[in-house]
Amino acid sequence: MTLVEISNLCLWSAVAVYALAFIAFTFDLARRSAEVTAAIDAAERAELERSAAAEERVGALASAAARTAAPIVTSDGVPRKTRRPSDEPEQQASRKSPSLRVGVSLTVIAFLLHLVADVTRGIAAGRVPWANMYEFAMTGTLLIVAVFLVVIARVDLRFLGSFVIGLVTVLLGLATANFYVEVVPLPPALQSAWLVIHVFVASLGTAFFAIGFALSVVQLLQGRRERRLGLVQPTQSSGRLRFLLTLPNAERLENLAYRVNIIGFIFWTFTLMAGAIWAERAWGRYWGWDTKEVWTFIIWVIFAGYIHARATRGWRGSRAATLAIIGFSAVMFNFVVVNVFFKGLHAYSGL
Amino acid sequence: MSRPSDHIDSAAPAPADGINQPKLGFVGWLRFFWRQLTSMRTALFLLLLLAIAAVPGSLVPQRSSDPNGVTQYFTDNPDLAPILDKVQAFDVYSSAWFSAIYLLLFISLIGCVIPRTKHHWLALRSRPPRTPARLSRLSAFERRSDDSGATATELIDDATKQLKRQGYRVERYDAEGSASVSAERGFLRETGNLVFHSALVGILVTVGFGGGFGFSGQRVLVEGQTFVNTLLDYDSFNPGRFFNESELAPYKLTLDEFGVTYETENLDAYGQAIDYRAKVTTTSPGGKPQDATIKVNDPLRFEGTDVYLLGNGYAPTITVRDPEGKVVFSDSIPFLPQDAQLTSLGIVKVPDGLAEQLGMIGFFYPTQAASKPPFFSSYPDLAYPVLTLNVYSGDLGINAGAPKSVYALDVDDMKQLTGGDTGVESIELTPGQITDLPNGLGTVSFDNVAANPSTENYAGSVKRFASFDVHHDPTQLWVLAFAILALSGLITSLFVARRRVWVKAVTGSDGTVSLEYAGLARGEDPGLEAAVAAIAEAHSPTPVPSEPEGRITP
Repeated sequence: MTLVEISNLCLWSAVAVYALAFIAFTFDLARRSAEVTAAIDAAERAELERSAAAEERVGALASAAARTAAPIVTSDGVPRKTRRPSDEPEQQASRKSPSLRVGVSLTVIAFLLHLVADVTRGIAAGRVPWANMYEFAMTGTLLIVAVFLVVIARVDLRFLGSFVIGLVTVLLGLATANFYVEVVPLPPALQSAWLVIHVFVASLGTAFFAIGFALSVVQLLQGRRERRLGLVQPTQSSGRLRFLLTLPNAERLENLAYRVNIIGFIFWTFTLMAGAIWAERAWGRYWGWDTKEVWTFIIWVIFAGYIHARATRGWRGSRAATLAIIGFSAVMFNFVVVNVFFKGLHAYSGL
Repeated sequence: MSRPSDHIDSAAPAPADGINQPKLGFVGWLRFFWRQLTSMRTALFLLLLLAIAAVPGSLVPQRSSDPNGVTQYFTDNPDLAPILDKVQAFDVYSSAWFSAIYLLLFISLIGCVIPRTKHHWLALRSRPPRTPARLSRLSAFERRSDDSGATATELIDDATKQLKRQGYRVERYDAEGSASVSAERGFLRETGNLVFHSALVGILVTVGFGGGFGFSGQRVLVEGQTFVNTLLDYDSFNPGRFFNESELAPYKLTLDEFGVTYETENLDAYGQAIDYRAKVTTTSPGGKPQDATIKVNDPLRFEGTDVYLLGNGYAPTITVRDPEGKVVFSDSIPFLPQDAQLTSLGIVKVPDGLAEQLGMIGFFYPTQAASKPPFFSSYPDLAYPVLTLNVYSGDLGINAGAPKSVYALDVDDMKQLTGGDTGVESIELTPGQITDLPNGLGTVSFDNVAANPSTENYAGSVKRFASFDVHHDPTQLWVLAFAILALSGLITSLFVARRRVWVKAVTGSDGTVSLEYAGLARGEDPGLEAAVAAIAEAHSPTPVPSEPEGRITP
């Protein structure tokens, strides 16, 4: 078996395991919905029977949501152990979940396969594995998963699994099926240290935006639910997407999304600058409104708008989240549509 | 510009019904517009508008980056193109409307930076505020008791030292029976924010005015040719607004050899160029010749200019003789590559010396692979080079003095003599061959320029050309400096947490001292609680005991 064959085999295996992980994560969401439903049913029965025990069960679920709903207020005189505020939400519900653990384990396995695929591809090519569309997609999705794993080690965002891993499965599967190219040497234009830096940082920025995107999507759903309920009775379920009840509230999701997105924004700013420095060396000008430059600029401005929206009355919350979602969509557009269909100097798709 | 995150814009309070507002005078209106322009809402609107306005420039070819695409667009969409041109759709990024958006945005930004710099300057010089009476109301709060026997003042002395070490600015507020320290940190956040936005203004100004001092010029050189850095010697030249011709140092640059390495091992990339090297000799005015190599991604920085290698191709050497055998034309003509295998297209114009003016449209195939027309090239290096020529005679249209592109032949006033529908086959030559022109006009030869011409090995039989861009931009480094400043400002403004922290010691009636620690976020500060807890932990390691000490348990 050649290195390239090993790489391809590992990559397809990774796609398959990601798909399984996605199923496990989705299972967890379904379980959460079912639990909420059960708890509500029990509560209704309790209402009738005035059973205190059942109320408690609902309360446990509800308090997870409620605790994060308001800023943490400690009652006077109660000493509190030091703890990270990020440990707050919904954990009780998720810690017990076997499907969630299976999802994370499968994600780690898939990530390792993915990593092997990426590294062997790089060794086979004798260069960094990000020099054409196929390789951009492979490394970019690897970074999305890496960032996701790093983030869930710090904050329990495992509920994002089905969004993030679902996205990765689709992107990686599509890219492998449509963008695959054999290993070819670098054209002279790409023979530069900036290929290593510029493209890598761009992919890293994309990875953070992807996590932020997933958080913003959940935030929008959660925000819609909260608005409909007037945020008073988190136990009242609203038909579909009952699992939302077990997730952090919209404000916390927004804060998390913001923290992830500003890291992405820093990397994106650096990408823009590194790209300009490279453009000066390769093309003789640091900025020339090439289509790819235009879209990188547009994305930068959208996320700048997102950061400003957080400090503008009436724009915090759902509108800011929408901007983050538009921003990530523009990143995807920049990657797929601009690379493949637009004419420009960044013609390195290899297709 | 982003307000400090502790600031949330509020709309002006709506006037209550029935209240007659005073009439706004001219100054009043100006002030009103200025307020509107510098409000966060407007800034956000302008940002989003800027993003949207940048989109069309990626959908329609731009004159600045793709002039040929624009020409093509006019040909393909003869009805739509003039309309688009009216709204400057082919010059989006220098258009009036795009400029209006970013100029308004920057005015709004400046209108925001200046008052905030003033505000920040004052904040930097002010002392941390008085300790609030009820610290327990703050979101981050810890309470501990002290059993070390130290007095409240001593404990707060310690806390003050500790906070100072951690980079807090501190101020003591002691009162009867209690002592407290008020501390504040993270002013760098706003400093970074202001630096970031000022640096953006710096970039805009430098690009806007600085670009006027530079120039860029293009020159195609065939191997062996020399270029002198003077205005006349450029093929095309774009001076900045303030450019002065005397700034050009008249150095010489000779293209000695253009080397290309092709991939020959990897069959998936067989024939792909993996290296271009332009070996040149440079001579400063009054200096000695020096050798240098210019590569893609590796420009030559010389005499205040940057010389970039942009394109390359073949330049077949063609000689035309009259019927008596006298040379009337001999030159190496750069042929423009049409595909990856370097099938190349070139134009030969012979204005003088023959009975009629002669124009030839030539195709060059470095490795011609077809047994009969249509020809194609299967490899970009010189394995079996073939040149085909379609000959036209008549008026080249260059006598009137109007400039004509050397890469195009206007055949309106010319008659085709070979190829196409003429029934006469195109002229077909390999290096070293000579053949008769139609109608007894003379002969044309495709010269083999190799040191040892041979028909076995065509390596080196055809010259190559390289196209160079020569740039001078004195402000480039300034832009870089501002960009680095912007990035560091951005990182600081997003990651430095600005917070206030208070430590208060209250002596109780029984003489015990209880300690309170509290923090207040001034903007995004996800680590506030942890920070307050850590301060408490370092200052007073024992949390409040839940039971009174010394109780006797049986």
